[in-house]
Amino acid sequence: MTRRNVVRDTLFATIALALLSVFGLCACNAKKAPPPEARAPAVQPVKIGVIAEFSGPFADYGKNIENGMRTYLKLHGDTYAGRKVELIVRDTTGPAPDVAKRLAQELLTRDKVDFLAGFGLTPNAMAVAPLSSEAKKPMIVMNAAASTITTKSPYVARVSMTLPQVTAPMAEWAAKNGIKKVYVLVADYAPGLDAQDVFKKAFTAAGGQIVDSVRVPLRNPEFAPFLQRIKDAKPEAVFIFLPAGEQGIAFMKAFNERGLAKAGVKLIATGDLTDDHVLSAMGDPTLGLITTHHYSAAHDSPENKEFIKAYQEVSGGKRPNFMAVGGYDGMAAIAEVIKKLDGKLDGDKAMATLKGLKLASPRGPITIDPETRDIVQTVYVRRVQKVGDELYNSEFEQFPNVKDPGK
Amino acid sequence: MLTNLIGVLFDGAAYGGLLFIISVGLSVTMGLMNFINLAHGAFAMLGGYVTALGTTRLGLPFLLALPLAFVASAALGVVLERLLYRRLYKSSHLDQVLFSIGLTFMAIAVATYFFGSAQQPIRLPSVLTGQWRVLGIDLGVYRLFLLFVVIVVTAVLGFLMKHTRFGAQVRAAVDNPDVSAGVGIDVNGIFKWTFGLGCGLAGLGGALGIDVLGLDPVFPLKYLVYFLLVVTVGGAGTIKGPLIAALVLGIFDVAGKYYVPELGAFAIYALMVVLLAVFPAGLYGKRA
Amino acid sequence: MLEHTMINPRASESTRTTLLHDRWPRSEIAFWLVPIAAFFAFPGYLVLGSQILITALFAVSLDLILGYAGIVSLGHAAFFGVGAYTAGLLAVHGWGEPLTGLIASGLIAALLGFSVSLLVVRGQDLARLMVTLGLGLTLQEAANRAASVTGGVDGLGGIATWKLLGLFSFGIDGRVAYVYSFVVLCGVFVLLRRLVNSPFGLALRGLREGPRRMPAIGVSVRRVQVSVFTLAAGIAGVAGALLTQTTQFVGLDVLGFPRSAELLIMLVLGGAGRLYGALIGAAVFMVAQDFLSGLSHVYWQFWLGLLLVLVVLFAHGGIIGGIQRLTSRAQKRRAA
Repeated sequence: MTRRNVVRDTLFATIALALLSVFGLCACNAKKAPPPEARAPAVQPVKIGVIAEFSGPFADYGKNIENGMRTYLKLHGDTYAGRKVELIVRDTTGPAPDVAKRLAQELLTRDKVDFLAGFGLTPNAMAVAPLSSEAKKPMIVMNAAASTITTKSPYVARVSMTLPQVTAPMAEWAAKNGIKKVYVLVADYAPGLDAQDVFKKAFTAAGGQIVDSVRVPLRNPEFAPFLQRIKDAKPEAVFIFLPAGEQGIAFMKAFNERGLAKAGVKLIATGDLTDDHVLSAMGDPTLGLITTHHYSAAHDSPENKEFIKAYQEVSGGKRPNFMAVGGYDGMAAIAEVIKKLDGKLDGDKAMATLKGLKLASPRGPITIDPETRDIVQTVYVRRVQKVGDELYNSEFEQFPNVKDPGK
Repeated sequence: MLTNLIGVLFDGAAYGGLLFIISVGLSVTMGLMNFINLAHGAFAMLGGYVTALGTTRLGLPFLLALPLAFVASAALGVVLERLLYRRLYKSSHLDQVLFSIGLTFMAIAVATYFFGSAQQPIRLPSVLTGQWRVLGIDLGVYRLFLLFVVIVVTAVLGFLMKHTRFGAQVRAAVDNPDVSAGVGIDVNGIFKWTFGLGCGLAGLGGALGIDVLGLDPVFPLKYLVYFLLVVTVGGAGTIKGPLIAALVLGIFDVAGKYYVPELGAFAIYALMVVLLAVFPAGLYGKRA
Repeated sequence: MLEHTMINPRASESTRTTLLHDRWPRSEIAFWLVPIAAFFAFPGYLVLGSQILITALFAVSLDLILGYAGIVSLGHAAFFGVGAYTAGLLAVHGWGEPLTGLIASGLIAALLGFSVSLLVVRGQDLARLMVTLGLGLTLQEAANRAASVTGGVDGLGGIATWKLLGLFSFGIDGRVAYVYSFVVLCGVFVLLRRLVNSPFGLALRGLREGPRRMPAIGVSVRRVQVSVFTLAAGIAGVAGALLTQTTQFVGLDVLGFPRSAELLIMLVLGGAGRLYGALIGAAVFMVAQDFLSGLSHVYWQFWLGLLLVLVVLFAHGGIIGGIQRLTSRAQKRRAA
């Protein structure tokens, strides 16, 4: 095997391939565009590509979003301006931006969807956003909560919430209610750090003092050392941000076991911790926990009661959570767009309709900010209480018309 | 300051002790059968679910459900050893790794199917909750219980290995299986019962660990690194090795998070790399 | 004939049939025509296609380590991820030229591979497993920590890959991405095929089958292991960079354990130690995953685990091994 052979062979192979590929690209470019689909007298359905997580550790995200969307269709029908709504649901399997992007590309080019929707996780939403610009199709974010998502493309609108939006009110409430010294504990990943920064800024601006702050590893099994630190620092309250479910449960168990609750240290957090979907499983250790969020299943309004009833029929008896509401309101927004444009969908006109759109959501009144295309809504302060036999987040105070402070 | 240090040491030791109970079986399996069993965590998970369901669905007292976890995992271990593991003793480590990963996936899928992907709640008896004030330091009762169990298990294992015929046979088989067989030791039987014992201990550890480590279907993969860490650093084939390694790792992890929380998860990996560089065969490694 | 020389009658199938074999038989050429045909036949699936090609490249790099040098690695995604983030960071900071980005990523991944290999060659199988596993986890944690640079969990967006060769821009239809990935895969594969059929390749195989005997014939075990590990790391880095450049986004998942584990499964499925096994395994796995994505994830995981167990117990050598067994049986029948 002489060196000349290697070089020659590789060169030859690469040139051959390169020629073939250039030929292929040019040939495809020169191909005439396929003739427009023959429009049968029957009207084309409005296709919505739903990209979310339906398997793996985040399986509930997608399921809740889809159930929320279908609840809306159940209550208000599936035909708007004479066009039927069709949901094409695809699974990203978890935080997999390359998969999400591929699914979006396939939905846009193969299935020719009119809207992209869903997005339970931020990285997936971030990866898909540029595609909505390129294809000029509206992208409705129904859960992902990082502030910057709506800045990635002028075709993105969000109906869920942003992390800073629900965190800042917590800080303000704490300062107003006699809590002066707070210890901050967050999970060491981007949302946790965002929550930490927002809380610190808002709390110190309101006159409070951050005693100390610590970041725990994302997959942390042991909270003992961190709780010991908190015990040493003797704060009045602890603000935590942890992924809902296992980490939250572990922390609260350890918190109670160490006697911190008995010593009078309050626990405050964002409502992700007491997500309606997992609240019952978290059990009694959560009683008394004060959180801020934009939706509670215990919200007392006729829209919410109707929503919960229909949701239980669609999902098989489950309680809706904030992701379900995101799906519901996202579907409502899409329906409004179809109605207002009388079925003649165009990306730019759709975005113009979405800007400033007001909806009466099961959570309360919501608006889509005309400048940032992000959601403006009421953030509630709630306490975990037993209502009947079950645990609920009971709202007792509110901050109306909160915009995303991150922008 | 000193009380804090002692508190940290105590927490770390309890945590490490728990890791030891789960991992000691893996160490013996690897040292004895030279088999890399990445599915070890699945046996721990089984013990955890047996106890969780025993206490919540069957209403058994926690302390009764613990031995049940041991028995269930041990039984499954013996059965699988006979049916499947035995075929792969002579195979390459790669094959063993792949096989055990396959088993782990199956275990995770089965657990998800039957129990859902959420955390399993456990109700501890109230006598085991809270803290006791011991010599002016607040120590968690459950952790004291853990340490107690670790001491008992270590003592029993040590007694088993040093003062019983079975233990002598195991030690012989670890040193040299061919010669042991030549001397008339039923090496196959030894493998079977040792594997069962190791899996049983894993199940016990899994049950004990629900309160500390949590329990969900992804448990075997989530904590795999820790179990492997203990065995790699401690050296496969011994009991002392994993014990020391687990205690060191547990204390180091907890102390790291308490004194230098910015290090976070790196502390434990950094320690592992350092220890492996200095002791390539583990602290007390037998197999070179 | 050189191709069928039997050096050792009890050698494994791979040495018996493909020893220092230089020509491209028709079956191989036909194999490479398949992706080309797919380009024209499935214009709607090109995005999936380019991801399959990239994963195939990644799998081939693992085959070098695992199938040829016999090193068990559970953290190969570390190099893939490093390559991916290098390309991503270059693009975010203003340099989005694809080809140079590719080379830079490969070099940096190879550098990391070199440093790690020094630790890997020291230990036994278990220690190697730990080191590689630990490396993947540590890097993922580091990337998570350095969120201001890498975007952390939210991922690194805003990557704009420049036009390939200044002419072809990466569009939403995925055509340029597909051709780009295919050409890179081909080029690397041709080189590797050469390598594997050279004296170095023989040394690799000797290493896998009898590492203790190699020094007796003058081969430095350590040097061979270090070189192959470094090369494999570099190729994995190239694959990672390809993914970033074609999807224009990087997330933490490129460094994760599931990626390493899935790669291992693909390789085993296709058959390790034969280069083509990696390609076939990657293609079959990803197509099946896409096809069965409607199926409940629980079922997918269970059957995958079962498949793995069965392959190890009964179908050693994966798909390629099975094909080879069938063809050799057919040959024997013809000869009889």
